[in-house]
Amino acid sequence: MTAKAAPAPATVPPAGPSGNGAARGKRSMFRRRPFFTVALIVSLAYILGAIFAPLVAPYDPVAQSIDAMMQPPTGAHPLGTDSYGQDILSRVIFGARYALIIGFCSVLIGAVGGLIIGLAAGLSGGWLEWALMRLIDSILALPSLILAVAFIAILGQGVDKVVIAVGLSMIGPFSRTVRADVMQVRVQGFVEAAHLMSIPYLQVVWRHVLPNVIFPLAVQVTIRISEAILVSSSLSFLGIGVTPPTPDWGLMIAEGRDFVSFAPWMAAMPGFALALLLIALSIVGDGIREEFDPKGRRGS
Amino acid sequence: MAMTETDTLLTVSDLTLYRGSAKILDHVNLSLARGETLALVGESGAGKSTIAMALMQLLDGARIEGRADLAGAGDLFSLSSRQMVRLRGKRLSMIFQDAGAALNPAYTVGRQLITTLRRNLGLTRPEAYRRAVDLFAQVGINDAEARLSAFPHQLSGGMQQRVMVAIALACNPDLLLADEPTSALDVTIQAQIIRLILSLTRERGASCIFVLHDLALASQSCDRIVVLYAGQVVESGPVAEVLNNHRHPYTRQLKSCVVEIGRADLVAPEGTVPPHDQMPKGCRFSTRCPRALARCSDDAPPPMPANPDRGGPHDHVFACWNPE
Amino acid sequence: MSFLMSSASAPRTEKVPATAPVFELIEVEKVFQVRPPNSGLSRKTVGLRALDGVRLRVDTGTSIALVGESGSGKSTLLRVLLGLDAPTGGRALYHGAPIREARAKGRDFARDVAMVYQDARGSLDPRMTVEALIAEPLRHFNIVQKDQIKARVAELLDRVGLPTDAGRRYAAGLSGGQVRRVAIARALASEPSVLVADEAVSGLDVSTQAQLLTLLRGLQRDMNLTLVFITHDLGVASYLCDEIAIMYLGRIVETGPTDVVLNAPAHPYSAALRAAAPRFFEPMPEPLSGEIPSPLDLPPGCRFSTRCPAAQPDCGERDPQLGRFGAHRAVACLHPLTNPQA
Repeated sequence: MTAKAAPAPATVPPAGPSGNGAARGKRSMFRRRPFFTVALIVSLAYILGAIFAPLVAPYDPVAQSIDAMMQPPTGAHPLGTDSYGQDILSRVIFGARYALIIGFCSVLIGAVGGLIIGLAAGLSGGWLEWALMRLIDSILALPSLILAVAFIAILGQGVDKVVIAVGLSMIGPFSRTVRADVMQVRVQGFVEAAHLMSIPYLQVVWRHVLPNVIFPLAVQVTIRISEAILVSSSLSFLGIGVTPPTPDWGLMIAEGRDFVSFAPWMAAMPGFALALLLIALSIVGDGIREEFDPKGRRGS
Repeated sequence: MAMTETDTLLTVSDLTLYRGSAKILDHVNLSLARGETLALVGESGAGKSTIAMALMQLLDGARIEGRADLAGAGDLFSLSSRQMVRLRGKRLSMIFQDAGAALNPAYTVGRQLITTLRRNLGLTRPEAYRRAVDLFAQVGINDAEARLSAFPHQLSGGMQQRVMVAIALACNPDLLLADEPTSALDVTIQAQIIRLILSLTRERGASCIFVLHDLALASQSCDRIVVLYAGQVVESGPVAEVLNNHRHPYTRQLKSCVVEIGRADLVAPEGTVPPHDQMPKGCRFSTRCPRALARCSDDAPPPMPANPDRGGPHDHVFACWNPE
Repeated sequence: MSFLMSSASAPRTEKVPATAPVFELIEVEKVFQVRPPNSGLSRKTVGLRALDGVRLRVDTGTSIALVGESGSGKSTLLRVLLGLDAPTGGRALYHGAPIREARAKGRDFARDVAMVYQDARGSLDPRMTVEALIAEPLRHFNIVQKDQIKARVAELLDRVGLPTDAGRRYAAGLSGGQVRRVAIARALASEPSVLVADEAVSGLDVSTQAQLLTLLRGLQRDMNLTLVFITHDLGVASYLCDEIAIMYLGRIVETGPTDVVLNAPAHPYSAALRAAAPRFFEPMPEPLSGEIPSPLDLPPGCRFSTRCPAAQPDCGERDPQLGRFGAHRAVACLHPLTNPQA
């Protein structure tokens, strides 16, 4: 984010430790954060696998085969097959598609909704703020899974419905963080300075408040994608999310649950894929936040 | 001021301090006699606070070379942290610029003072309470009994600093380190606090190291002065001698920047302190020095006596190849 | 010139005696309604007099220092001058018109009166480059053609002593002194005639401070700026400003030409401030006793009487107003320390 520390001008002392630190950080972020780098590679692998699933997957994810039912991992089926003889590796790869699409889209819905409500609450004040905050509080009172279940009950099943349900359930937490950021930004000196320059209010919001809110929000998005994926998988696991035979991880875990004693790979493989992705995304999100948050960097 | 060995309270020799690859302090030498007040002056990055923090062993992640001998305790840098805990408060203590942040907001100031007294001096609760009331009166807090039950945020900045002085002097240390104790305060309060610290340390025969950025204040309050630039001692000695007959060009620059009342001319110095990876090997001021010679940037000047006939470690010393 | 409004005819500045002063404050009062400390759950509020009977006159082209300790009302006075707060009593005028109206009327006031904040870093949007920060007022006030903005930014950076490549950097990557220079460049971008600076050089190293002071003095002279400079440092005030106004507990207690006031202070508080400022090799002065009283609980009579070393019995009874003291000075004291000179 910071421009590279240019050679300090002749008349003024250098930026000191903070300036040098920022420049040093720019060069070797990947070397300084090995976990972050590994997690990033893993996440990218998932994304590439999801995009090129038809090319990468060895079998059609919904092709059933009576000859190869519940086979343990072998050369032909590296992760084994399930009770319908479907190849688990192919289903896990295609499952990444659904997980990531549902994750991204629903977080986007949550973030946009949260941005609008949070901005309105943070800037309005008075009764409108009070009403919006009570609304957000009531949303936050329920865990997002319960909320998503409620929305599914209204909307019905299907991938698009899951996206909307999970997205709506995430508006609450997003609006609260946006509002907190807005409250913090609007009392900053630079907002008053803009006001002093008689710049119109909406222009101040657009030019000075919004950019300072959007960035922390973007960091929030990267962190909350994993939460959205988890909620959507939980919905499928409960049997109220996407419908079979869609290769969805939650669904696969649910199906494998009945055979866990003699075919543990059926539930374990998608479970492992899910856990690995969630951990990788969390590490990436945390790394981005720690590296680019100007508050953490301003230190000295 | 004639010095004998027994008068010396603290001797810092060749203190070099690294943070990562950056050399924050470069062969710093200091000595302090009993009952003496010493000012460490310089601009930000000069390392003056770092010296005080290093003496208190309050620095994390720094590599320290050199010695700091405190009379009767040996080399402070080779003490274990447990031994250091026993020394803090009793032998040496410190007050900070921001007293509000140094006091614990969750406890009353009285409780913080009484805890210090009981832990370090082993007093009973009533004894410690009486002592606390006494100390508050000494640091000029009226209505001491009521103020003991106040929380830090209920006190003004000046009052908070008085409380800090009371806590720091509670166990009669013989060395007090004061890191910019008044730069967050108004000038009329500043005068009160500095006078308070001076009179209380004098009463106890304690020595005091002030970290200051104000040369004029240093000239008013201290016996001796150490001028630092980018982690090197450039000049040190009796305050009047150093400030009136300075030899190092940096001391001149620092003096010329003080805006005294009624001053109409002000020549701002050029340049800036180089970043740590571009620091010259020799004299660190050589990049900005108007009198720099060719050898200055490669060859660090050793401390040289300004008056060789008098000599002695406490006399006027400077480190410059081309002194004024 | 900065004393009583009743003596508007005093022709010390020969330049423009006919026009109204830039700023004129007449008996300005600002009362905040606050809940008193330790009031528990009670909702009762009391009035806090942040400003009380302030009289000040700032003529075109002068430089005036507002000096006082924390709690003296400097910041509130600043907000009134900038039109951010309306006074609850008295009149605050800008070229003869109420400041709040002048601000509400359009961009002219905002363009003419520029501000340098004490927290220079906080006053600069951390997500904008230095160039974008300085270009903002240029664009907003239509100072130059669009295609000349870049050139003008470079010019301004050069004027405040920053290299052109500083324009690509963010405030977080600049040192304290550099950030203040950016704030000054941004304030000058709208080509103001009045520059209001709040502690613009405090908290810096002496050499950085010296660099900024020489810069500000040069700017003030070259651009014929009217400078209102808030500071706690009398040395800075005496270097930069022709006039000084010393505040204590919401009132201006003494004003006049800086060198005259500081050489022979008439108000005991001015004298105490003068004495408390560190001076080379002077013995430490006897400090003022006590601390500034709470504005919620003003002492009767003169508000300085509780700490005044020269207080007389009547000081606790009568509240002195800022009154003329010689030709160009004014003081609010019943027993001034010096005699007025004609």
